[in-house]
Amino acid sequence: MSRNSRLIYSPDYTNYYFHDEHPFNQRRLLLTHDLMSMYGLLDESDIVPPRFATDEELELGHDSRYIQFVRDQGHSDTELPLAASYGLGTEDVPCFANMHESASLIAGGTLNAVDLVMNGQAEHAFNPAGGLHHAFRGRASGFCIYNDCSVAIAYIRKTWNARVLYIDTDAHHGDGVQWAFYDDPNVLTVSMHETGKYLFPGTGNLTERGDGSGYGYSVNVPLDAFTEDDSYLAIYQELVTKLAHGFKPDVILTQNGCDAHAFDPLTHLSCSMKIYQAIPRLAHQLAHELCGGKWIAVGGGGYDIWRVVPRAWTLLWSEMTDQPLSDGPLPAAWAERWQPHSELVLPKRLFDEPFPAIPRRAEITQKNLVTLERAMMYAPISSES
Amino acid sequence: MRIEDIMRKKVITVSPSTSIGEALLLLRTNRIRHLPVLEEERLVGLVSDRDLRDALPSHLLTHEDDDMILQKHVSDIMSKQVITAHPLDFIEDAAAQVYEHKIGSLPIVENERLVGMITESDLFSSLIELFGVNRPSSHIEVQVDDRVGALAEVSQVFRDAHVNICSVLVYPAQNPPQKNLVFRAQTIDPRPLIQQLTDKGFTVVWPKEGGSLL
Repeated sequence: MSRNSRLIYSPDYTNYYFHDEHPFNQRRLLLTHDLMSMYGLLDESDIVPPRFATDEELELGHDSRYIQFVRDQGHSDTELPLAASYGLGTEDVPCFANMHESASLIAGGTLNAVDLVMNGQAEHAFNPAGGLHHAFRGRASGFCIYNDCSVAIAYIRKTWNARVLYIDTDAHHGDGVQWAFYDDPNVLTVSMHETGKYLFPGTGNLTERGDGSGYGYSVNVPLDAFTEDDSYLAIYQELVTKLAHGFKPDVILTQNGCDAHAFDPLTHLSCSMKIYQAIPRLAHQLAHELCGGKWIAVGGGGYDIWRVVPRAWTLLWSEMTDQPLSDGPLPAAWAERWQPHSELVLPKRLFDEPFPAIPRRAEITQKNLVTLERAMMYAPISSES
Repeated sequence: MRIEDIMRKKVITVSPSTSIGEALLLLRTNRIRHLPVLEEERLVGLVSDRDLRDALPSHLLTHEDDDMILQKHVSDIMSKQVITAHPLDFIEDAAAQVYEHKIGSLPIVENERLVGMITESDLFSSLIELFGVNRPSSHIEVQVDDRVGALAEVSQVFRDAHVNICSVLVYPAQNPPQKNLVFRAQTIDPRPLIQQLTDKGFTVVWPKEGGSLL
């Protein structure tokens, strides 16, 4: 067991709250923190509370006018006339009180994680509140106000001039981060997601490969709907291993949205809890092999807050801290505490019982392999292992 | 959308007395396939990369007169019956012309003057724009009866759900007289919208079961 990892956490994260009916609900972090504790994976000294990102830091990834607007809107009782033009006041990103403060706490948490890792105070750090990868420079989108990933990468580039490998395994395309570094050959953005043919945001096509000197440094693998564990992991392992060896990053930032799970209500992938052990495991290994351990993980999407998110991110933390978990019943006290709040029956075990096989499995697996080949065509890959 | 909105206005042209060698060089350096031939700003012909290639000897055999061919004028090989379009034509007219005559480009002519050029790939790129994603959005497909007001009724539901529509396509369904309406809607969570559509009796083709199978 290593105490070289930090969890950036505070219950204040739940202030990023749209309304009761909204699918993005940071209450999932309370459930996750609780599950980690009951598994005995947390020590007081592991936890670092997040700080607020300063305006100067946010401006690394956002227009100052946008930041000012978010602040003004969060301090106003009524919706300001320009809200819609900033992507705010929509069904996806409704306005709420003090939205600037709660969003900049999330971005600050990711910056905290970066500071700890880049300054050598920790090898790894995890900010489960982060991963808000849809926000653009001057526009909120897809539940995201400030893009903590973009801000953190720009901050790493500016402060340490380090080369960053960004791996996004959220079921939605990591569009905000991709476009922010689309022409930068020092930031390799990799996104594996459900195809945008149907799903939001619609981008993340194979042919989005970067621009100018950054050509080849944006990699997208749009997976077919109903992709299952084996195909998912085969693609992930080949893709990420080859890219990491080819790119030779100084630091790895992973966005660990867990909405590729079959239970997730917003997407159509059919993976199980198994992938949420394997995904961070490979990132962890590669960070030690190539980056002297430097690995920053953030959360992301995950809209089954009862059955998926707590288990997925507990598995991530167990991997990060070398406290491996194997399948077994979840701590009984956890279900006792949370079941009364949930309409869904909470899972009994850490891993899922096998799901019924998808009828088109062979076809989907084949399609994904072709997609992988084409995705890597112009990317910096190396087959050395 | 009119041709003038998407046509290339800077066109590389030649005159009838331009040599075949020079024309070839122009095609290669500009990575284009068609050269309009102008005589005092009037369009008198068109040479394509295929016309030029046909005029050249095989590069597998060398002949003493090879250089002579490169010195000849494009007027010897150009097509003189050129199919053209007008800048105010719609792009679907241009696409129909290109498709019908199996040609690769259309010079755009106004008052006998060449004002632009449009190629197959320009038409393709406008189509990609029309079908494509210009804002983060989700794909929602609804099947409706082919009758007055169907689109209006469906879009009223989007309005009630406060969801902005980025683009709409209407195409015949596999079982006519039904039609499919394909929307790109500016939301990451289409579930409430799908629910309202279903409640109002519309057939939602995609997304099917709101995602979760389990």
